[in-house]
Amino acid sequence: MNIVVCIKQVPDSAAKMAVEGGQISWGEAPLVLNPWDEFAIEAALQLIEAGGGDLTVVSVGSESAKEALKTALAMGCTQAILVSDPALQGADSQASAHVLAGVIKKVGNVEAAFFGKQAIDGDMGVTAAQTARLLGWPMLGLVASIKVEGGKLQVEKSLEEGRQVVECQLPAVVSVSKDIGEPRYPSFMGIRKASRATIPTWDLAEIGVGAPTSVVHWPEVLNPPVREVKTEIITGGSAQEIAEKLADKILEEKVF
Amino acid sequence: MSAKIVVYIDQVKGKALPASWEVIGAAHVLAEKLGGEVATIVLGADSKPVAEQSFHFGAAAAFYCDDSSLADYRAEPYADVLVKAARDQGTEVLLFPTTTRGREQAAMSSIDLGSGVIPDVTALDVSDGKIVATRPVYAGRLISKAVCDAKPQVITTRVRAFKAPEADASKSGTPVALQAVRPEAEIRTKVVGYSLSEGGVSLTDANVIVSGGRGISNNPALTPPAGLDEKAAEIWRAQEGFKIIGELASVLKAAVGASRAAVDAGYIPYAHQVGQTGKLVAPDLYIACGISGAIQHQAGMRSSKVIVAINKDAEAPIFRLARYGVVGDLFEILPALTVVLRKRLGK
Repeated sequence: MNIVVCIKQVPDSAAKMAVEGGQISWGEAPLVLNPWDEFAIEAALQLIEAGGGDLTVVSVGSESAKEALKTALAMGCTQAILVSDPALQGADSQASAHVLAGVIKKVGNVEAAFFGKQAIDGDMGVTAAQTARLLGWPMLGLVASIKVEGGKLQVEKSLEEGRQVVECQLPAVVSVSKDIGEPRYPSFMGIRKASRATIPTWDLAEIGVGAPTSVVHWPEVLNPPVREVKTEIITGGSAQEIAEKLADKILEEKVF
Repeated sequence: MSAKIVVYIDQVKGKALPASWEVIGAAHVLAEKLGGEVATIVLGADSKPVAEQSFHFGAAAAFYCDDSSLADYRAEPYADVLVKAARDQGTEVLLFPTTTRGREQAAMSSIDLGSGVIPDVTALDVSDGKIVATRPVYAGRLISKAVCDAKPQVITTRVRAFKAPEADASKSGTPVALQAVRPEAEIRTKVVGYSLSEGGVSLTDANVIVSGGRGISNNPALTPPAGLDEKAAEIWRAQEGFKIIGELASVLKAAVGASRAAVDAGYIPYAHQVGQTGKLVAPDLYIACGISGAIQHQAGMRSSKVIVAINKDAEAPIFRLARYGVVGDLFEILPALTVVLRKRLGK
C-alpha cells in the first residue's frame, strides 16, 4: 500500500512562547517534527512493513522544514517532498488542504493519506478532514489502531464516549491518535541515510494547482493574561490538620 | 424561517454531549449582536427527542435526521446532510462544540460551503459586523484573534468556554425532519463494532479533576506482592496510588487525570493524560497530586479556576500556578482529605 504522511515543522513543545513586537518568538528552542505527526508516521511505517509499498512524507513550509522531513526519513519513510511557494505565505488550513490534496494526486497511486491529530503551533486539527473532503475520500479521524484486510482498512476510532470499529474502502484519509503506541526513534542507519538524502522542493506550478485563497486570518496574537495567583501554602502539625484546613479552603471556593 | 445561526448538537443515541448546549449559549452571544435566530441541527439515531430538547435551551427552530444511514456516526453522510441544510437555510454562521465529531464536521462542511474554519474558540465578539474569535494557540501559551473573510462562518467553541443557557421546559417546538443525502450504497465506510468506555466522569466535561503524576508510585508504606520484577512492582505501587486518587475523585464527582510522565511510565491509560499532547482541561477545581508541573502539563490545565497542588518537593513548578499548596506526603494528605470532604459534603 502506498501511503502519504503529511507533517509539519513546529517549535519544540518545551519552547517558551512569547509575542515580542507583534512577532511570535520561541526563544532558543529548536524547530522539530510536530510530535503528533510522529504517531502518524509510526502507524504508516507499521503498515508498510507488514504489507509493502512506499511511504512518502510531505510538508508545506519553508526550506527549514527539510529538517523535519529528514527526521521522518530517518524513522524509515521512503521519500520526502517539501512544498514551498511564496504564494503560500500565511496559508490557512483550507489553503494547505488544497495544496496537500494536489500533492497526493500528483504523487499518484496513493491509497491512504495519514495525518497527526493536530499541529502543536496552531492547534487547529482540521487539515486532515478538509483534505479528505477535497479528495472525496472517507475521513477516519483519531484512529487508535489500524489493520488492512482484504484491500480494506479496519480502524478503531476514539470518540468521546467510547470506541468505534470502522471498515473502509481505500483510498482514505486517516488521522492518528497517540493510542497507536510509542513512535520509534530514528535508527543510526536511518539518520545516516536521511542526512545524505536530497529532498525535492515542489512549487505550486509543479503540483499543478493555482494559488489557493486563504480566508482565515490572524489579525493579532497576544501573550495570555498573566495568571495572578497568590499561592497559600497550607501547613499543620498532622495530615489530619492539613486536610481539615485544605477542605475549608476548597469549600470556600464554592465549586461544588 | 431562515436560520441565520445554526448550532450542531453532538449527540450519542439520544443523549446530547453537555458541550452542545454551551454552543447555544455562544450562539446567543452572536445573535444579540448580529440579529437573527438560532436553530439547532441534530443527526443520528434518536435525534428527534434531542432536537425537541434543544427548544428548552432557547433554539427558535430545530432540524433533525434519523435516517438509518446516520444510525452510527460516519463523517461523510453526516456532513452531507449538514451542508445541505446550511445551504437550504442560507446559514451565515455554523457553530459546533469542539468535540471529536464537532471538529471533524466543521472542517468538512467548511470545504463544501467554500469557507474556512476557526476551531476551538474561547470567546466571540463582533466588530464592524464581523465576527472576531479568540482562540488559544501553542496549547494556550499564546492567544490569537481570528477572523474569516468568507461566509458562512464556521466556528467550533471550546468545551466549558461558554455557559449553557438555563433549560426551560416550558419552551417547546416541533423539530423539522431532514432527508439523508447520500444513499447507503455510496457510503464507503461501515461501522462494524462499537464499545462504550467504562463509566466515570469525562475529563473535558469535568467540573473537578484530581490528577496524579510520577510521584504516585512512591508510597514507601507499600510492599508489592512477591514475585514482581522492579517495573511490575512500580506499576503496582502506582495503581495503588491511583486508587487513592480515585477515592477522592468519587467523593468530589471528579474525573481522574494524569501527567504525561505517569502515562508514559504505564501507570494509567493515555485517555487520562492532561497536557499538551493529552487533553486540555479547564475545570473549576484541579487537584494535582505528585505532579511537578512540566510546561507541557501546565499548558493543559493552567486555565483551571482553582488549582491545588500536593507535592513533596517545595520547589516543584506546579506551586507557582496553585492557589493552595501542600508540601508533604500525598499518601497521608489525600486519604485524610477524602475523609474530611466526604463528611463535609454529607456523603
